[in-house]
Amino acid sequence: MAIVYVDNKPCEMNPEENLLHGCLSNGFKLPYFCWHPALGSVGACRQCAVKQFKDANDRLGKIVMSCMTPAAEGTRISIADPEVVAFRGGIIEGLMLNHPHDCPVCDEGGECHLQDMTVMTGHDYRRYEFDKRTFRNQDLGPLVNHEMNRCIQCYRCVRYYRDYAGGNDLNAFASRDQVFFGRSEDGVLESEFSGNLVEICPTGVFTDKTLKHHYARKWDQQFAPSVCVHCALGCNTDAGERFGTLRRIVNRYNHEVNGYFLCDRGRFGYEFVNSKVRLRQPVLRGRPTSAALARKHLDQTVAEGRAIGIGSPRTSLEANFALRTLVGADHFYSGIADPEAKLVRLMLEILRQGPMRTPTLREIEECDVVLILGEDLTNVAPRMALAVRQSVRQQPMEAVKKLKIPLWLDHGVRDAMQDAKGPLYIATPYRTRLDDVATATFRAAPDDLARFGFAIAHALDSGAPKSQDWPPADEIARALKAAKKPLVISGTSCASEAVIEAAANVAMAAHAALSFTAPECNSIGAALMGGNSLSAAFQAVRDGYADTVIVLENDLYRRAPSAEVDSMLKAAPHVIVLDHLSNPTTEKAELVLPAGTFAESDGTFISSEGRVQRFFQVSVPQIEVMASWRWLKPDHWQNLDDVLRAMGRALPELEAACDAAPSSTFRIAGAKIPRSPHRESGRTAALVNINISEPKAPDDPDSALSFSMEGTPEQPPAALIPFFWSPSWNSIQAVNTYQKEVGGPLRGGDAGVRLFEPAPRNGQPYFSAVPPAFSPRRCEWLLVPMYHIFGSDELSLAAPGIRELTAKPHVALNSDEFAEGAEVEVICADGTFRLPVTIQREMPAGVAALSVGISPVVGISLPAWGKIARPK
Amino acid sequence: MTGNSEKPLTERMRGDGSAVDLEAYELAGGYQAIRKVLRTGMIPMAVTEEVKTANLRGRGGAGFQTGLKWSFVPRGRDVPNPTYLVVNGDEMEPGTFKDRLLMERDPHQLIEGAIVAAFAIEADIAYIFLRGEYTLAAERLARAIAEAYERHYLGKDIFGSSYSLELYLHLSGGRYICGDETGLLNALEGKRANPRAKPPFPVVAGLFGKPTVVNNVETISCVPHIINHGAEWFNGLSKTKDGGTKLYGVSGRVKHPGLWELPMGTTAREILEEHAGGMRDGVKFRGLLPGGSSTPFIVEEHLDTPMDYTEMPKAGSRLGTGTMIVLDNKTCPVGMAWNMTKFFARESCGFCTPCWSGLGWAERILKSMEDGRGQPGDLDKLAFQAKMWSPGNTFCALAPGAADPLETSMKYFREDFERHIREHRCPWS
Repeated sequence: MAIVYVDNKPCEMNPEENLLHGCLSNGFKLPYFCWHPALGSVGACRQCAVKQFKDANDRLGKIVMSCMTPAAEGTRISIADPEVVAFRGGIIEGLMLNHPHDCPVCDEGGECHLQDMTVMTGHDYRRYEFDKRTFRNQDLGPLVNHEMNRCIQCYRCVRYYRDYAGGNDLNAFASRDQVFFGRSEDGVLESEFSGNLVEICPTGVFTDKTLKHHYARKWDQQFAPSVCVHCALGCNTDAGERFGTLRRIVNRYNHEVNGYFLCDRGRFGYEFVNSKVRLRQPVLRGRPTSAALARKHLDQTVAEGRAIGIGSPRTSLEANFALRTLVGADHFYSGIADPEAKLVRLMLEILRQGPMRTPTLREIEECDVVLILGEDLTNVAPRMALAVRQSVRQQPMEAVKKLKIPLWLDHGVRDAMQDAKGPLYIATPYRTRLDDVATATFRAAPDDLARFGFAIAHALDSGAPKSQDWPPADEIARALKAAKKPLVISGTSCASEAVIEAAANVAMAAHAALSFTAPECNSIGAALMGGNSLSAAFQAVRDGYADTVIVLENDLYRRAPSAEVDSMLKAAPHVIVLDHLSNPTTEKAELVLPAGTFAESDGTFISSEGRVQRFFQVSVPQIEVMASWRWLKPDHWQNLDDVLRAMGRALPELEAACDAAPSSTFRIAGAKIPRSPHRESGRTAALVNINISEPKAPDDPDSALSFSMEGTPEQPPAALIPFFWSPSWNSIQAVNTYQKEVGGPLRGGDAGVRLFEPAPRNGQPYFSAVPPAFSPRRCEWLLVPMYHIFGSDELSLAAPGIRELTAKPHVALNSDEFAEGAEVEVICADGTFRLPVTIQREMPAGVAALSVGISPVVGISLPAWGKIARPK
Repeated sequence: MTGNSEKPLTERMRGDGSAVDLEAYELAGGYQAIRKVLRTGMIPMAVTEEVKTANLRGRGGAGFQTGLKWSFVPRGRDVPNPTYLVVNGDEMEPGTFKDRLLMERDPHQLIEGAIVAAFAIEADIAYIFLRGEYTLAAERLARAIAEAYERHYLGKDIFGSSYSLELYLHLSGGRYICGDETGLLNALEGKRANPRAKPPFPVVAGLFGKPTVVNNVETISCVPHIINHGAEWFNGLSKTKDGGTKLYGVSGRVKHPGLWELPMGTTAREILEEHAGGMRDGVKFRGLLPGGSSTPFIVEEHLDTPMDYTEMPKAGSRLGTGTMIVLDNKTCPVGMAWNMTKFFARESCGFCTPCWSGLGWAERILKSMEDGRGQPGDLDKLAFQAKMWSPGNTFCALAPGAADPLETSMKYFREDFERHIREHRCPWS
């Protein structure tokens, strides 16, 4: 650490960083706009000016931008110097010249970085007397709202969108005090990460359009720490609620996982919680009933009959465990289709055994050579794609370091680096959204992808089994070998065990990290929970072995062909379903129990990284819903802690779930952690015309969070941070004050417990089942699944914004037989689908990729052979 | 070191305004400098040294030692290649038209200078970044470059040596900021012409991230003559310590506005009175901007200052481009300040706050004063803004360049500004 004197006070600062970073990390209130910890310095806004002195005797000093000046040992600066205070005042005055006086009607109001900085700088009087410049706003689609008149030209939006996230349809246009940040024409923002503009923008130019539909101020919302349910990466979120409606999702910083950014599915998918098809009340044989009667019916049915339970990879460990406890371990069945369950178990086994370590998303950003085998990350594990986008800068960065350009000097680094990109190799059956940053892409059928992987592994280590000679494999092997931090990414997308095994071989041979994607938010947790196979559940019912099926948060029609599900549900005398949205399975139920979503439940997920993380209910639901585990739990479990303890005893590997967050008895100086921000709005006076006594806040027996604004003012542990706020910092940039060093880990450590930390290599063998080369068939196509960020996820489909963007299901293939856009019939064992064709010339012959998860292509098992023909 | 009347830059130029063609240029000793360099086996560092000794200072306005700049270029095997030379012909400073003359009338002089300079910095590729509106210069340069390629003065193995150079002419899309050294590089790369942060300096990571030297047209045009006649001769051309001759220009209400090649360090008075013929009848001199619109005003008392990079700062101004704009008593100084500020406000790239925000505000205040709507306090606001644009406060030199004429006009013509406010009108309208 370097000692830097700030107004003569010696402060420890990181010499690898700039003075702004150092000042903020030391808690100084130094205003800034264009700088962002994830984006670095460019020196545009000039708001963070300080006075720098040559030495202790220099009284004159000169104004410098703290973000553009290294925090070198012995530097002497002043924040309080009157001249620089006046300069910063002049800057904020300049920024505010054209800024409208519309805070009362601006969605950003109350959590606006520009408001915070204006107050921090002390600017309170407008001397500007001329007309303000005005712009025409654009329709950027259903997720992000555009209000350009508020713009202060800090350039953060385009730097994030283009430089960081790789988008190219948002840009800065024109010059002087009329720079327009937008698209060349109205239209949906193309980036899958556009929602981060809402948090990156220091004011109200880009705001959350979904929030606008049910707006509430930050100070009027009640928040809870949550974990995203829309993929397996486990991004940390904070969910905000008011009057029983979930209002929005904001990023919850986790240094190791999502950092500052979420994907759009994760940010905007939440609206399913408010969906019209929410189940709000228990329904027995088509009639609404009370919770008590519903529970009685459940108990009786289970007691009198032979009940089995089908779990779910999209709900908590606790819910799955409560069901397992209710029906007994022998009668608990996995909610994952057999082939997928097998894949997840295989990945789990590989991660458990090691020696390959599963990296965090932050570690992925730091990897310098990446091989992706079989995954279209942007559509399957979007936030990981954003991390990989950063990883391609690692090797070029080495050259920049040699030029002695500080890495925080963003434009300097980019000017020197230009278009250089580090090695990223992508081997998939079809085009992916990361191809634009790939060094080379390789298209093949799953079996050939596996063979390709085996070839790479063999090129790295002749002890690994061989498939065939492959010059590109040798190139990739050389790159991986030369890498400082090599990484292999694979997963379930190809539905191929061989692909996963080949990836494991490459990682083992290259001494690389190994990251797997998984299909759902708790796929890994569900696999660890175990249970009998889903097909066995169907068998048990059809054979009459079971007469009651309890289905936990699982639409079976997405797991198996509808005819199979129909016949099974028909064969079961009693079908009890817990879920939050009405779906084909709930429609077949005798008893439907309305389950709490992530917003109305506490629970634990295990991410694809193997990170065990807790989510908390945001508010006490005003509808008759409960967490599934609460519907199912035995009477003697009082609260979440009891569930976790019982689970840890029954399944020792899941004991770590107890440590995912502090227990319900956790207190800071005797106080709980408030879910609501400070008393700012007279919110508690909202009902005084009816009753002047303030209603008692509901108890929360399950967590250390309170359903009120009362509680500790201290920073809670990371897993319990409902919102980021600190004095003077009302915007989400308050997160600066929660970190030990700005941009670094949260104070006290980041949220979550990692499950897999394998020992170094000690004789784990290579996988040796090399599949034979793919041979196309004459009249049939190998149908492989193709995923879509907007569409393939069940829950977010019920969010209006996401639904509007949902991909049109199609079949991608390489053939002269069909024209682009032509309707074809895809005929396979699980059904016949009529879909338009997309021609992808780089796809391997004989392979067709089918959009999955979007009606009508649901519940089918892929890969499968099928016919594709013009409709008769 | 006085009394020299040599005019190496302009002596070949024709009276009829046509360009010196290749034949004529060679007949007058053209392309001898590059022959000398390549055939006598001069090493690049020797050329650099010669230019350094010649005290050639950058003619774009900043006056940085050209040889010194060249000596910063990383050399040797480990250096990322290619290395670039960029000739800055984006002459857009109001009142400045010196590079235009050099490019329109003697394009081969520039091309030869570029080859020698490129050799000195071991560049592989050179660009001439030309102001888009200079269509005649573009036409003539393009023809001259083609001629040079035909004779193998450009391209592979120039003059049978192992040195090769590709030279490209690039026409700017047309913004003042493209003339900024680093804004130019971004523009040449096809990006927004926002200036770049330094470090990294262009000599380390410039065009497309590679080592790059950016030099002004007049600077490069001097280079062949330094090589032909030596550093000592070049120093001898000047009246002061800054070497060479200088193209000085005058615009405004003088008898003979124009452009002259004179010894460096000629005084403003000599240029104004002897070469431009003094003020027109009926108008009186009030002040002048010595080197384009981004230099501070000087007034009567400063007229005997030698116009060079070293002496002008002592008079509170800068040499800039050496092409002066003269203010007379029949012209409103507030109107002039408004006109210039309007230009700078329009040309702000929109990157840093004091510039994009403050210039627009200052422009509106000055306009309102001209319209008779000035208010007490306006001058304080203008002074405050001008201070906001001090070097270091802004990202590049555009806003400091706008501050200089505004601040000095308020200093020297304060009464005129106050009258606008007091009388609610422009006394000149």
